[in-house]
Amino acid sequence: MRFKLFKRGSRGVKLAENKSHTEKPIEIFPLPEKVTIPLQQNIGAPCVATVKRGDKVLTGQKIGDSERFVSAPVHATISGEVSATTTVINPPTGQPVSAVVITSDGEDKWVKLEVPKNPEKLSVKEILGKIREAGMVGLGGATFPTHVKLAPPEGKKIDTLIINGCECEPYITSDHRVMLEYGEKVLAGANIICKLLSPEVTYIAIEDNKPDAIEHMRRLVAKTEFKNNFKVVSLKSKYPMGAEKTLIKNLLDREVPIGGLPLDVGVVVHNVSTTKAIYDATFDGKPLIERVVTVTGAVKKPKNLLVRFGTPLRSLIEYCGGIDGKASEVILGGPMMGISQPDLDFPMVKGTNCVLVKESTPIKEQDCISCGRCLEACPMHLMPTTLAKYAKAGRYDDCKKTYIDDCFECGACAYTCPANIPIVQYIKVAKSELIKRRANK
Amino acid sequence: MTPERKFLVSPGPHLWRGLSTSKIMYIVVVALMLPTAAGVYFFGYQALSVIAVSIVAAVLAEYLVKKLRKRAFVMDGSAVVTGLLLALILPPTIPLWMVAVGSIFSIAIVKEAFGGLGHNIFNPALGGRAFLAACFSVKMTTWVSPMGFSADAVTTATPLSTSFIWEGDKLSLYRDLFLGNTGGSIGETSALLILIGGILLLALGIINWRIPVAYIGTVALFTLALGGDAIFHILAGGLMLGAFFMATDYVTSPITARGRIIFGIGAGILTVVIRRFGGLPEGVCYSILFMNAITPLIDRYVKVRPYGLVKKVESEG
Repeated sequence: MRFKLFKRGSRGVKLAENKSHTEKPIEIFPLPEKVTIPLQQNIGAPCVATVKRGDKVLTGQKIGDSERFVSAPVHATISGEVSATTTVINPPTGQPVSAVVITSDGEDKWVKLEVPKNPEKLSVKEILGKIREAGMVGLGGATFPTHVKLAPPEGKKIDTLIINGCECEPYITSDHRVMLEYGEKVLAGANIICKLLSPEVTYIAIEDNKPDAIEHMRRLVAKTEFKNNFKVVSLKSKYPMGAEKTLIKNLLDREVPIGGLPLDVGVVVHNVSTTKAIYDATFDGKPLIERVVTVTGAVKKPKNLLVRFGTPLRSLIEYCGGIDGKASEVILGGPMMGISQPDLDFPMVKGTNCVLVKESTPIKEQDCISCGRCLEACPMHLMPTTLAKYAKAGRYDDCKKTYIDDCFECGACAYTCPANIPIVQYIKVAKSELIKRRANK
Repeated sequence: MTPERKFLVSPGPHLWRGLSTSKIMYIVVVALMLPTAAGVYFFGYQALSVIAVSIVAAVLAEYLVKKLRKRAFVMDGSAVVTGLLLALILPPTIPLWMVAVGSIFSIAIVKEAFGGLGHNIFNPALGGRAFLAACFSVKMTTWVSPMGFSADAVTTATPLSTSFIWEGDKLSLYRDLFLGNTGGSIGETSALLILIGGILLLALGIINWRIPVAYIGTVALFTLALGGDAIFHILAGGLMLGAFFMATDYVTSPITARGRIIFGIGAGILTVVIRRFGGLPEGVCYSILFMNAITPLIDRYVKVRPYGLVKKVESEG
């Protein structure tokens, strides 16, 4: 151990939480009449449809898959008939993706699920297969295919598993509710991951603004046989605590190398909702067809809903009493990293943890006064204003030298900027220019 | 039914802290009200008129220059801060037209000629003061004892000048310097009220501790090392006002934490050198201006080590 005289303090910003509107139990959203299921709901390769117009499908039936390793299949989320194939805009990329439209027969007939007789005895390979077939992706919002993350390359020793229940974005309470209502399944899911990765210790990391979840998880852990290896830790509520790299730094004081992955420092992080879904896939053979989503902000009755994928945002907002007041923006995800939608036709997908309706604040950019607040906010210890200045001037190579690729666009810099500079926007532009250049080489 | 409507699409984040540049400026103005009040208390109507002329001239100059440059004039408070700061570092007896000239120079040349707020290299108020000192050296070095609102001003030497003689004991000298009952610039005399204003800015997170602490700390240690009176040198002259309100100017000081420490230490060394070996009694103004000049250099070479910048992954054990 190297003695550190000056331990670098954690950065980030303190945000108004706005979580109290939806601190209530999960409600099951009624079966939608029609779903639109995009064939790409994950980072990695898109799927190819395995059904065509007119086909009858059952709930949980696979309707799209890909040969590529970094991909995740998609499933029918209701039973009925494939009524159309269409194209929707995928919010994170802004690119069009094909989608399958299913009209419900109102019966919700399921495919026969393969429930293992003795789930404890499944081999690593079998478990990974089940997780892949279930279409599992990271439900914290990143939507990285789970089976890839659970199969570290040979020679990479994982000593620590972190189950991420931080939920550091304001307004969102879906993970919070999952911990409170499906805590046992979260732990059982974590136990499955332990079987795959055999870490020495497992942390369940929760921000201290959720004392009831911390308490609940501690009580559950104390009851289980893995109480010696599972530790529930309370972390300061400071955005972006729940981002993988920030979490690893704060919890373990390790830094993931630039361009590297958590497994390079012996760590794997999984979100609590993903962990719960891993349990469902392994023990019940259930594919990923629904999730908990927080519908909040300027809606009359904010709620946490268990919703089938493909349900249009419009129905979710109507179920919550419709838009309240003069809200002008509908955001998929939280207010910091979420993406605003031009209309309500977009369906909810695997990565949708929140639908936030909000009055938007007009942005008028001023000149940077070099106050340095963005430097203090940046969890990656970057110099956001310098990056924005380079990006604005088209100096993309300088952006690269200033470690622009290390930025994960949490938005803490722009949040804190007194000159209202859309720093993240500039950084995104520079990043996509750099990607284009690389592609042209 | 939710009516069909298109929604606004804006880039994230969709939350904003709400601390704007102008809010920061007006908070600084509020914090400066304490040394301003001390200036008016000790130097009466003359101080009041210098302050008023300086602020009005600064705002008008900003308005006119923005018009000339065909830019939008925004009452963002930065001209008020510059005008007020300039007044606070001028002698109370300076003719008002000189105040106006200095204030206009601060805004039009030191700030706007470089591109306006955010682009200036030098602190505008200090630049204006340096300009006035070069043009009107006699008026800029004529000091009076605190006379309050009475009419008769008695010229005196400031504590830092070589002709300054103190006949009491050291403790009462410190007390007068601390409270501000001494000759000097309008807003520089009361270390106590400047300190309260500075602590207010620190508590509100408007300024960072690094520059003032490094600056004042260096002056104290370096003075001690040279066998001088550290307490006297901290309390006398413009150090307190300079360290809390001028050296901390965002635009003209380094952006990184380490850069700010370097800035403070550099300004501290220069202040002591000028006071001790230079031809001037006071060195705060020039030391900060000099550090302003090398701030771009500091920012170029002092960087933050980004998260995850490692030569190789450290193995356990």
